Amino acid sequence: MHMEPINIEGTPKTPSIKFDPEKGILEIKGRSIPENSIEFYKPLVDWLDDYSRNPLAKTQVNIHLEYFNTSSSKCILDVFKKLEAIHKAKHDVMINWYYEEDDEDMLEAGEDYESIIRIPFKMFEIVD
Amino acid sequence: MSFNLAEYYSNLSKGDVLLAYKGSITSDLINDILEAVEKRLEEANAESRLRKKIYNVLVESLQNLFHHIETVHEGIKEDLDPKFGVLVIEREGDFYKVTTGNFVNAKRIKFLKEKIDKINSLTRDELKDMYKFILNHQKLSAKGGGGLGLVDIARKSGNKLEYEFFVYNENYSFFNLTIRV
Repeated sequence: MHMEPINIEGTPKTPSIKFDPEKGILEIKGRSIPENSIEFYKPLVDWLDDYSRNPLAKTQVNIHLEYFNTSSSKCILDVFKKLEAIHKAKHDVMINWYYEEDDEDMLEAGEDYESIIRIPFKMFEIVD
Repeated sequence: MSFNLAEYYSNLSKGDVLLAYKGSITSDLINDILEAVEKRLEEANAESRLRKKIYNVLVESLQNLFHHIETVHEGIKEDLDPKFGVLVIEREGDFYKVTTGNFVNAKRIKFLKEKIDKINSLTRDELKDMYKFILNHQKLSAKGGGGLGLVDIARKSGNKLEYEFFVYNENYSFFNLTIRV
């Protein structure tokens, strides 16, 4: 199956989203604070729906958010739930959760998801 | 004695104010405020942890206003913009204080009061559980809110939500919410 890469540029209120089909790496990076997050995340959630029918043997997801609002938090959970289904179907999925130095709130946010979603998480503190 | 908006606003703007605004709360305005405050906090050399907390609280407060603010203000004899809200950020000793104000329909007061009182009654761990429960079990409303905003504000600020309702007339009260970060 031929898979198209995703390359959505970030804005001051929305993160960049990239998928590299060669490496099987999905990356969400930046700020996610739009007023209407459903609209923003819908293309990614739809894409994951398609992807889950025939995923790569290994999918690595890198979440590197500086800020996200509560409206995005639900959409991010939706994204993780799609990934959880792929993981449940015996494909290798893993989530790398990046947070900036001393940002305990962002670490805790990652731990919140880790406790809800059955996918292996790894937490990485980024030290300048 | 009825609530006096001009007096309220001028009292609010007396301290060490970083930013004070009253008027329409639009998406563009939120962008402008966030950008301005980020710059001011950088200039003030606030430590990055605190800066992030303030920024988060500000995003949720503004978007709460954006999603829930009344669009019509029937019988309110003030010259109000359609999505009228107030935001003041000030420094007070070691704290930053974020205050929002908006007119709310009298019918919504009970719901808001109960929600905030509930949040204020919880410990840090209980707030975490409440956040996770809402995140996992409640659908996002068309408005986008989803009921997480105030819980998140309480978690990030680590302080109780201070609020007051000032009666304006039989249909509306003015809702003042103060968050110390």
